[in-house]
Amino acid sequence: MKEYIQGKAYVVGDNIDTDQIIPANYLVYSLSDPDERKYYGRYALSSVPEKEAGLPKGNIPFVKAGKDSSEFSIIIAGKNFGCGSSREHAPVALQIAGVEAVIAESYARIFYRNSVDGGFFIPFETPIRLIDQIATGDELRLDISSATLLNISSGKEYKLKSLGEIYGILEAGDIFEYARRSGLIKAG
Amino acid sequence: MGMTITEKILTKHSGKRAVSPGDNIWVDVDILMTHDVCGPGTIDIFKKNFGNNARVWNREGTVIIPDHYIFTKDQHAGRNIEILRGFAKEQDLPYFYDVGTSRYRGVCHVALAQEGHTRPGEVLFGTDSHTCTAGAFGEFATGIGNTDAALIMGIGKLWVKVPPTIRYVFDGEVPPYIMAKDMILTIIGKIGVEGANYMTMEFAGDGVYALSMDERMTLCNMVIEAGAKNGVISPDKKTISYVVSHTKKSFEIVENDHDARFRDITYFKSNELVPMVAKPHSPDNTAPARDLNTTKLDRCYIGSCTGGKLDDFKAAARILKGNKVVTDTYIVPATVEVADSLKKERLDNMTLLEIFTNAGARIGDPSCAACLGGPVDTFGRLNNDEVCLSTTNRNFPGRMGSKGSQVYLASPYTVAASALTGKITDPRDFL
Ligand code: SF4
Repeated sequence: MKEYIQGKAYVVGDNIDTDQIIPANYLVYSLSDPDERKYYGRYALSSVPEKEAGLPKGNIPFVKAGKDSSEFSIIIAGKNFGCGSSREHAPVALQIAGVEAVIAESYARIFYRNSVDGGFFIPFETPIRLIDQIATGDELRLDISSATLLNISSGKEYKLKSLGEIYGILEAGDIFEYARRSGLIKAG
Repeated sequence: MGMTITEKILTKHSGKRAVSPGDNIWVDVDILMTHDVCGPGTIDIFKKNFGNNARVWNREGTVIIPDHYIFTKDQHAGRNIEILRGFAKEQDLPYFYDVGTSRYRGVCHVALAQEGHTRPGEVLFGTDSHTCTAGAFGEFATGIGNTDAALIMGIGKLWVKVPPTIRYVFDGEVPPYIMAKDMILTIIGKIGVEGANYMTMEFAGDGVYALSMDERMTLCNMVIEAGAKNGVISPDKKTISYVVSHTKKSFEIVENDHDARFRDITYFKSNELVPMVAKPHSPDNTAPARDLNTTKLDRCYIGSCTGGKLDDFKAAARILKGNKVVTDTYIVPATVEVADSLKKERLDNMTLLEIFTNAGARIGDPSCAACLGGPVDTFGRLNNDEVCLSTTNRNFPGRMGSKGSQVYLASPYTVAASALTGKITDPRDFL
């Protein structure tokens, strides 16, 4: 696992559900086909209403037209990020678009599990409402082991909640490697 | 110290003597369900991690129910079904309900129950968030993603964080114009879309025990809309008689210990409930149907795992009988069994199907259909800026198709009454 993640922030509000993260009509594309897989990056977060896309100003698409990945690698979200369907296509779409970490006030549990168990990106929780303090486009630096976030653009630093019990799975890479290390999957 | 139903089921499946909320444990899985949207991805991850020749941990425990993108010309959707077909054949799975064959059933959560795969005391995981529906049968049931499902396919186990339980007790008889949908919308409106995050919601009280199994499934179906991990109703005679008439497999009834500890208990007086509606774009954005009686509708939709069961249609038929709809009305039975019942079940001298056709409603084939939008040729899909009143469970932006549409959620009574007036209507006006 990396020690630091540095990148640009993309800020969204509360209750961003999996249909907004990846609309259901794109789920027919195959994740194992390298060409079709790109569509998940292209359409990531494409159903967030324009006004709320890239706060505080809005009207900032997460992925620019014609691109398959995003210039933003850290998502700052409000409450209940990832609510709705259990589709793993949602965290995968964010990963394909280039997201390395999400920092939300809280998550819907299936989305959170999927992110951790699939090793798609690191889901941090924040005790304060960062969406009011960070703007889309700010340059951020996330220190993973100390769970601290530095907003390079504003110079402010924030303490996030520690990753706790999921750290073991994130460090292993995914739930399969974790299960192997715990002796639940026999080698061979 | 006493344990709740959920804690007791998880204890038994973890091989431990006791568990407490917050414990992370590995549990043995009884049933893994997947469908056409998440099945192919799950199979892919399973093979990547366990090898191309890997076998599923338990053939009887692996249930595959295509239901989401069924009656569409979309080629990619067709390919997903092909992948499931190949896998079911290769693994020789006894419970694959293939499309285009007499095995086809329809919406997975209703089909699971009708085919006898939901049994008290068991652990069921499914690659669909509404897998919590099966809690109505007194089991632990919850939704997971493809990665977790692939791990279960390989080893029959998954880690779970034991949830604390909140109890919702409905005291006294529920009035005849109230349905399970009104009860759950009342709760979600009160606690919010993350009001039960990570927790178990248990439903109890005479108001709940008077409900049919169909209605209990509606209650448990929507716990995910409050963020809950699972919903559960302690089994009673109705549960047992339903389960024994659908499966020969044995099962064990699990009930709360008398000194079980609950995170919280909320009481409702059943006779104070009113027909409820969730406004766009969130299931917790609720208001009494009566207060929305100026909201004009372009479409009414009765279907899905939460609102397309036989009891949902019996309710709608009571109101639609002998009347004509003034709003485009779409009717989608959840499963083939429900669709067949519409032809047989009578209200007075007419079948439910005749009632709906005479009223001017359009009837679709059993599947998820427009509940989650889907490909553009999906039956009932909202392709423009329609305002729709629906018996489904979600109204997030774009859920039923176009981003510009607006979806209101309500009980089959309320949707049927509104189809007759063209505006959101309290069903008491027709009952
Ligand atoms: S009917 Fe709707 S909610 Fe139910 S499984 Fe199908 S898409 Fe999901």
